[in-house]
Amino acid sequence: MLHSIAKHIPALTVAIPLLTAFSVPVVGRFNVKLRNILVVLGTVLTSAAGLFLAYLVFTQGSLTYAFGAVSPELTVPPDSGGIPIRIIFSIDAFSAFMVLIVSIVGMVSTLYSLSSEKMRTGQDGFFSLLLLLITGVIGMVSTGDLFNLFVFLEIASLSGAALVAYRIDKGIAVEAGLKYAMISTTAGLFVLLAVGIFYSQYGSLNMAVIADKIQFTQLDMFALVFLIVPMAMKCGSVPMHLWTPDAYSRAPAGVTAFLVVSSQASLYVLFRVCFSLFNITMNTQVFGWIVIIFGVLSMFVGVTMALPQKTVKRLMSYHAVSQTGYMLLGVGVGLATLGNPEALNAYGKTAMVGGVFHIINHALYKGLLFLTAGAVIYATGKRNLNELGGLGHTMKYTMVFFLVGAFAIAGMPPFNGYASKFMIYESVFKFNPLLAIVAIIVSILTLASFMKVFHSMFMGPKLPSVGEVREVPKPMLVSMGVLAVLVVLGGLFPDIIIKSVIEPAVNALLAQGDYIGMVLGGQ
Amino acid sequence: MYANLPFIMVGVIAIIGIATLVFKKNIIKIIMGIALLEAAVNLFLVTLGYRHDSVAPIFTDAPSTQMVLPTVQALTLTSIVIGVATMALLLSFAMIIYKKYGTLNSEMIKRLKG
Repeated sequence: MLHSIAKHIPALTVAIPLLTAFSVPVVGRFNVKLRNILVVLGTVLTSAAGLFLAYLVFTQGSLTYAFGAVSPELTVPPDSGGIPIRIIFSIDAFSAFMVLIVSIVGMVSTLYSLSSEKMRTGQDGFFSLLLLLITGVIGMVSTGDLFNLFVFLEIASLSGAALVAYRIDKGIAVEAGLKYAMISTTAGLFVLLAVGIFYSQYGSLNMAVIADKIQFTQLDMFALVFLIVPMAMKCGSVPMHLWTPDAYSRAPAGVTAFLVVSSQASLYVLFRVCFSLFNITMNTQVFGWIVIIFGVLSMFVGVTMALPQKTVKRLMSYHAVSQTGYMLLGVGVGLATLGNPEALNAYGKTAMVGGVFHIINHALYKGLLFLTAGAVIYATGKRNLNELGGLGHTMKYTMVFFLVGAFAIAGMPPFNGYASKFMIYESVFKFNPLLAIVAIIVSILTLASFMKVFHSMFMGPKLPSVGEVREVPKPMLVSMGVLAVLVVLGGLFPDIIIKSVIEPAVNALLAQGDYIGMVLGGQ
Repeated sequence: MYANLPFIMVGVIAIIGIATLVFKKNIIKIIMGIALLEAAVNLFLVTLGYRHDSVAPIFTDAPSTQMVLPTVQALTLTSIVIGVATMALLLSFAMIIYKKYGTLNSEMIKRLKG
């Protein structure tokens, strides 16, 4: 029994949330309690499957799963002439790393939403969409098939946009949702165009086959641009960040925490395309610098836009743009040094480890910060920082969790942001000192901005305009607490995490041959 | 030249779509631009699947078993289905915005600021 579950675990990580998502509205018609149990069960099972999958990959090496084959390992049917024709999930350490993030944050944000949405209408659709979003993101990071990637991308975009607009909020949330939906649809169509270009040249949709045959022709160049630009758009990098603050600030808090992960799945696709699909066939120096410039612009513009913001979630959203810049910078330096093994080993790989480590750290602390912001809005009903104050008297736990998140995002020891940011500074300094200086300045500005938020939300006397404020319900505190503990643990034991999770992920990203061999075998 | 005609049409439709998306102010028209772009991409996919003088993969009374692999046709069908869902979502957003704001002009719809 256990053995056969282990065999089908890659399919289960997608199947469980998908089936739960569609049974939630049906069950919800009959019994609300039963529906809540189903939602919890579905998410817990998904996360358990995801964590188990990650465990399998990190201990036993990468996994492939061919859908509909006699045996899931049979990626290339014997009579197909060496071409994998089925949809294949190829999960290497980098995919497993993303699945790990989705499992943790998915569970936390569902738990949080169950409590924060308790009094509101339309919960059937809400949880159905949230589970679909989880499905889409898990599918995006595990699939090895380009068209399948497009399908999961669309599932994630549609459910994400619907969730952003879910609380219509006098039309303002719908405005944000419309923006998000338009941007992601256009992005998706360009991805589909790139998929068509690849298919026309290499006659396959499987990423491993394309990576094996790739020539970097003129058409491939177009395909690369059609993949990189939409993905940069979807991960919210400057100058295509305009949807990010709107969508993040208007979505319900639990959803925003997961939308951050959904954006990072786009980042995953960006890195996967650069490293596993093209690798050194393209001019890595030039494209590395393009990614770095995206990164530096995001870092700087994000933080400068965040400073004057007055609404708490909008401010945090601009910080999310700014933090995405760090990941792009770290991995961009790795990409720029890819053609030069000496530089890659000297500092390029450390930069990549820092950048990839920052992905998980960002998912945890940014999720935590959005959840605390959601808790404040839940308790007071106010978003504007000028109207808030003195919450530290009553919302003690939320205040502590906010501080943990704020220190982590500013890169203060001993929180996880410090570990990854320090690696990025150190290695990027060797690559180009100016970039490292920008990164450090951005970090200082981030701290300044969060101190402002902390002071205006939690410090000072109780405000009469805010009224009597109570601490938020326990499930919300627990979900924030889980993330806060993980943030602290990540800062206390970065070595263990880097050794067991991050380095295998980066190695998997760098070793294009392994990615091809995983599907095509030793041919 | 004739063989490339569909690809030229893909380019033309895509450019009209993108131009509509960028320059029009009415939300419904912007959504129509997205629909045009989608049509262009679907046309592109179907065109890729065309092979001159080849046999369609229908086994009944087939002249030969050497057939075209209908992958792109399958992709196009999937893409059309996804497109319907996207259009439905976008248009329903437009409907709610019209109800709440009383306008579809994207310059008037700017309550999100900062």
